[in-house]
Amino acid sequence: MTNAAQQKSNDAVSGTGSDDEQQYLTFIMAGEEYGVDILAVQEIRGWEPTTVIPNAPEYIKGVINLRGTIVPIMDLRSRFSLERVEYSPVTVVIILKVETERGERVMGIVVDAVSDVHSISDSDTRNSPELIEDLNTEFIRSLVSVDDNMIILLDVQRLLTIDRQVIDQAVDVVADTDSDKE
Amino acid sequence: MATILAVDDSASMRQMVAFTLKGAGYDVQEASDGSEALSIAKTRKFDLVLSDVNMPVMDGIELVTELRKLGDYKFVPVLMLTTESAGDKKMAGKQAGATGWIVKPFNPEQLLNTIKKVLG
Amino acid sequence: MSIDLSQFHQVFFEESFEGLDIMESSLLALDLTEVDAETINTIFRAAHSIKGGAGTFGFMQVSSFTHVVETLLDEIRAGDRGIEQDHVDLFLQCVDCLRGLMSDLQAGSEPDMTQADDLKIKFEAILAGGEVIAEDNDEAGTQTGNSDISHASPDDSGEKGWKIEFIPCEDVLCTGNEPYRMFRELQELAEEGEGKGLEVIPHLERLPDFSSMHPEMCYMSWTIIVRADIELSEIEEIFEWVVDDCDIRYQRLSECDLSTLEVHQAVGSTAEVAEVEVEATVALATKNKEVDKITAAAPVVSEKIEKALEKVAVKKAPKVEKKAAAKPAENTSIRVSIDKIDGLINMVGELVITQSMLGQLGQEFDVSRLQSLQEGLSQLEQNTRELQESVMKIRMLPISFAFSRFPRLVRDLSKQLDKEVELVMLGENTELDKTVMEKIGDPLVHLVRNSLDHGLESVQNRTDNGKSRAGTITLNAYHHGGNIVIEVKDDGAGLNKERIRKKAIEKGIIGEDEHLTDSQIYDLIFQAGFSTADVVSDVSGRGVGMDVVRRNIAELNGSIDVSSKDGEGSTFSIRLPLTLAILDGQLVRVGEEVYIFPLVSIVESIQLEKSMLNNITGNQFVMQLRNEYVPIVSLQDIFNIDGEKKDLEGAMLVVVEGDTEKVGIVVDELLGQQQVVIKSLEQNYEKVDSISGATILGDGTVALIVDISGLNNKSSENKSEDQTQAA
Repeated sequence: MTNAAQQKSNDAVSGTGSDDEQQYLTFIMAGEEYGVDILAVQEIRGWEPTTVIPNAPEYIKGVINLRGTIVPIMDLRSRFSLERVEYSPVTVVIILKVETERGERVMGIVVDAVSDVHSISDSDTRNSPELIEDLNTEFIRSLVSVDDNMIILLDVQRLLTIDRQVIDQAVDVVADTDSDKE
Repeated sequence: MATILAVDDSASMRQMVAFTLKGAGYDVQEASDGSEALSIAKTRKFDLVLSDVNMPVMDGIELVTELRKLGDYKFVPVLMLTTESAGDKKMAGKQAGATGWIVKPFNPEQLLNTIKKVLG
Repeated sequence: MSIDLSQFHQVFFEESFEGLDIMESSLLALDLTEVDAETINTIFRAAHSIKGGAGTFGFMQVSSFTHVVETLLDEIRAGDRGIEQDHVDLFLQCVDCLRGLMSDLQAGSEPDMTQADDLKIKFEAILAGGEVIAEDNDEAGTQTGNSDISHASPDDSGEKGWKIEFIPCEDVLCTGNEPYRMFRELQELAEEGEGKGLEVIPHLERLPDFSSMHPEMCYMSWTIIVRADIELSEIEEIFEWVVDDCDIRYQRLSECDLSTLEVHQAVGSTAEVAEVEVEATVALATKNKEVDKITAAAPVVSEKIEKALEKVAVKKAPKVEKKAAAKPAENTSIRVSIDKIDGLINMVGELVITQSMLGQLGQEFDVSRLQSLQEGLSQLEQNTRELQESVMKIRMLPISFAFSRFPRLVRDLSKQLDKEVELVMLGENTELDKTVMEKIGDPLVHLVRNSLDHGLESVQNRTDNGKSRAGTITLNAYHHGGNIVIEVKDDGAGLNKERIRKKAIEKGIIGEDEHLTDSQIYDLIFQAGFSTADVVSDVSGRGVGMDVVRRNIAELNGSIDVSSKDGEGSTFSIRLPLTLAILDGQLVRVGEEVYIFPLVSIVESIQLEKSMLNNITGNQFVMQLRNEYVPIVSLQDIFNIDGEKKDLEGAMLVVVEGDTEKVGIVVDELLGQQQVVIKSLEQNYEKVDSISGATILGDGTVALIVDISGLNNKSSENKSEDQTQAA
């Protein structure tokens, strides 16, 4: 991501209020509570079957029709290399929208369940994700404690940027397994 | 409110003029050349006609000439939008029966002031 | 009041570009031996409008540059000056220069005036050189025309103000100049100048006998006394429009004897100028739709979340508006003819009628009215289809938009190459989608350059071979089926098969003793790194060319072919879909997924029989289709999806042809054919290999559209890999 885009996302995130408190939508995955900036949340939906995209990375479950727009759906467990679970009626898709250098990008993330909305002040957050073990730190912006629970605040911009390299790698892996079969 | 017919083949000028006048509360209709303006003028009487000089199909001079032949438009003020380099056009316009002129380039304020003066 | 003029900039740029196009084509059409006055007038008008608009919208650099252009044009138009080839060339350079300036301004950057300044000097030299004394007399009139009296030192002892003798011409009213208006303005002026007001004394001496009086004439004259400290220029301004045909005399009050004047009450005192109140357009705070969109599917704290999201929606609103305003420079508008709009309105009218009919039917429905329902539904279907077609037509523009640049290009190029060329353009009104149009421009330029450079022979060569001196390049566009065909044809020497062959062998594209048909040889010019020009010229022949052309066209779901005849010339035919927004598709099923093949790419669909199959290597099969061998690929392998793995024998095969060759694609089932609306997959995701986009099916699910040329490349990659493995 370019610096400009990063800057832009920061601007979008910092909101319009004069207070430095921001609202976060939190959700649960594998027992952990994660938060995303509520300004990036477009809507919350139930899981529905997707149309598979050929040769996509495993964490891209496919695309859905969201009122006429083609929206990709990402399995966040898979993205974070967490253990897979069966989708159930309570499995939730959070539709996120961010500004990128290419314009607005909309994507859905599959999470276990939506939890709460918290107002969090920037000054209460900590920037030390390196200390947490077993976590994909790439997408973590900061950590915060609310009522003795730790919430992992995610960098939505990052999350929604599908790294072309990652896809190519995924395709390579698939191709390799194919040739193994032969 | 007074009604104005704004004639210009340039869409940007026409839009600017119409926007300015509408903003001041005038009832504005647009036409993109003289002949279109003439046919509109025949269906409805305007309190003032504001016309560009250089236009395809029918130019501003011809438009005034034709308008003055219509009973309804004998005394209606007709202002020409003209550039400063077209001195002879001013005279041709006057001879054809134009009331006066507004020199291009003009800004919205100048336009409004002149229109207000003419319409009172 | 203050008005933001920048809101009109986009329209101004658009019409200026159009004006420049008109200037250019008119200049090119100009026959110097017999100059058509209307053509000159058209050119003048375009320049004049650009100058006027530029001045009004604050682009002074453009305005002052265009001024010199306009001045020369005006002199030519008035017959004060003849037009010469040099002038035409110079005007054409100005067109280019202005285009550059406009583009800079449109992009919001400071225009580079270097070229403009150079040109301006040349123009000024021409203007100064002629017997005609140039411009700028006109501004003199009102500004410097102030008589000495206004500058004479005012006599402090006397009363401040002016006495005006106003003797209008008799037909002053017939120009719409109402003396009452002037009195009113004088009154306002006097009040502003804190004066004691206005006295207007009418004189009736000129009044004729009643019998000879004409009701439309003005026989009165007036003496007006303005008792206020105002400048003469301010008064002169009021009479500016009538000064030429009326007798108006000004005198300082301090210099005249007022005692003899009969004093009347001012006539204009009742004038009340209504203050114009600017209507405040209150933007309606429409409830943000975001709020409605929220469907909390989760069982958790939905109320709290909804509330929070509602707030978000409200917060977001101004941000969105700001963004919309921040992008004015992007050219996203389209001009639509009134006919098309009227067509749409009619269609919507019909749709409304159908809807109300169905609505009524629904309210009092019983089985006996089933037939009416079916009729209503089929009417609705027709309405929808027609509406869709009309909406699509909005995006369609005549191909003349893409053709318009060629007269200039051919002119410049033929000069440069010292060839004589006649350009013929046919089918200019053939319509094409705006997006396709924008993307086909560059490939067309390349083809035309190529025809001119390589296709057409030199004048010497042509006359030696008994051909006309001037070669002909024909651009032709026409509709054929659901496609538009654009041909670039020259009557040159034709493609040299031997030379192409030799070159291809040299470049290692084909083997030394490979036998190729004529069309296969011609096809070689579309290979990467192929160029037949002996001398790499400025114009074309850098070896990057035809392959790029073919690729660009393939990206538009189109194809390009070439045919050629020795000594008679070559024809390049581009075949393009009419629109990128809608596609006639064949739905196929593979496993649980539905894919769409563009119908244009499908040659045929067949059930495979054993006798057709040939195995080349391992798992690579080809089939014999009449006298061609067609490689077979399976969609489930290419896309790595689960399908019904079964024997090739008896499998359903769709034979498609992309930009290069035929491929047979194995699918599980052929479903129906339908028109689909193409949606972008890239917008929220990434470009996907072998997929050109997505669409939404009748049941609301998403289906992906297969990119046949992408698939072709893929299958040939596979093939070449297999071949290397085999070797």
